Amino acid sequence: MRRVILAAVLLAIPVFGFAQQNNIRVENAWSRAAMAGRTGVVYLTITDTGVPDRLTGASSPVAASADLHESFTDHGVAKMRGVAALPVEPDKPVTLAPSGYHIMLTGLKRPLNQGDSFPVTLVFEKAGPVTTTVTVQKAGASMPMGHDAMGGMNMQGMPMQGGQRQ
Amino acid sequence: MSSTSDPATGRPGGVRPPSFIYGIIGLLVAVLLLGTGAFVWLSGDGTASLVGGPFTLQDGNGKQVTDRDFRGKYMLVYFGYTFCPDVCPTTLNEVADAVDRLGPKADRLQPIFITVDPKRDTPSVVKQYAAAFSPRLIGLTGSPEQIAQVAKEYRVYYAEHRAGPGPGDYTMDHSSILYLMGPDGKFIAPIRADETGAEMAADLARFIS
Repeated sequence: MRRVILAAVLLAIPVFGFAQQNNIRVENAWSRAAMAGRTGVVYLTITDTGVPDRLTGASSPVAASADLHESFTDHGVAKMRGVAALPVEPDKPVTLAPSGYHIMLTGLKRPLNQGDSFPVTLVFEKAGPVTTTVTVQKAGASMPMGHDAMGGMNMQGMPMQGGQRQ
Repeated sequence: MSSTSDPATGRPGGVRPPSFIYGIIGLLVAVLLLGTGAFVWLSGDGTASLVGGPFTLQDGNGKQVTDRDFRGKYMLVYFGYTFCPDVCPTTLNEVADAVDRLGPKADRLQPIFITVDPKRDTPSVVKQYAAAFSPRLIGLTGSPEQIAQVAKEYRVYYAEHRAGPGPGDYTMDHSSILYLMGPDGKFIAPIRADETGAEMAADLARFIS
């Protein structure tokens, strides 16, 4: 019986823009228009309603690889580094947003055009894989669709700490 | 003393030069530094001469362009690279927004993106990349030597950061700043790269006559 319930829960993963598995919810996933063969980016919000967990990897069928990265400015020099794992704490949503943590897509297999959508799978240490749908905004877009300045949503979210830079 | 030298390195083999050689070298370096300092000081207009200078690069069609091609227009110069998915697009989007907000003054301004990754950023790539942000933005690339030269003139630091074993597995560390240059090609002011388009437009509007 327990297996049946588990299977039902797993099958209930929504298709669009919202994914929940175990106690991890991934939503508002968005990207920017980019050229085939080049790099792309994914931003999103992770909410953990269970136990402390860690985001340890990502993948997407549109790219050769998807890696967790952090951008930061060090004495006026912009740098980008790989991050081995990003901790997520219960009830403290983590937002990946421009000029901070992001998922970098390398070797895009097709161009990402504004209005497209594609899947990305995040891998959590405890919760396992969580797949969500990413919508593509224009090149250089600074926030997901429907969250413009008029809407008053603060996509910077809370300050994030504790990522382990590689 | 022995004058044998290592054929591979050209360095004298096994024999250290006498210590007074170091003294002479030190003295020469000191004289050179003082001379350069005096030259910079005497050549006049302070910091204005310290940023910018002549450059020869290639535009998105592979055509040669120089700084002189932009005389008569203000230049807003930004250095970055097209493999940069996060910071560079964020800045360039704000630049595009700022240009949109400038109104008629935008016609006097030429925003320019210069790559610090000439190995991967070919003319057609910088063209396509720049066009994605604004039809007004020009993307420029060049030979590694040309890029090194223009970066030096604009006091821009850049370096490869290895991210893996493959030849393309690297990101670029680079100075994140915008430079506003006058219609005469001379430096006017730095503009912060983390400003919003509205803030950038306000800064630019103060300088553009």
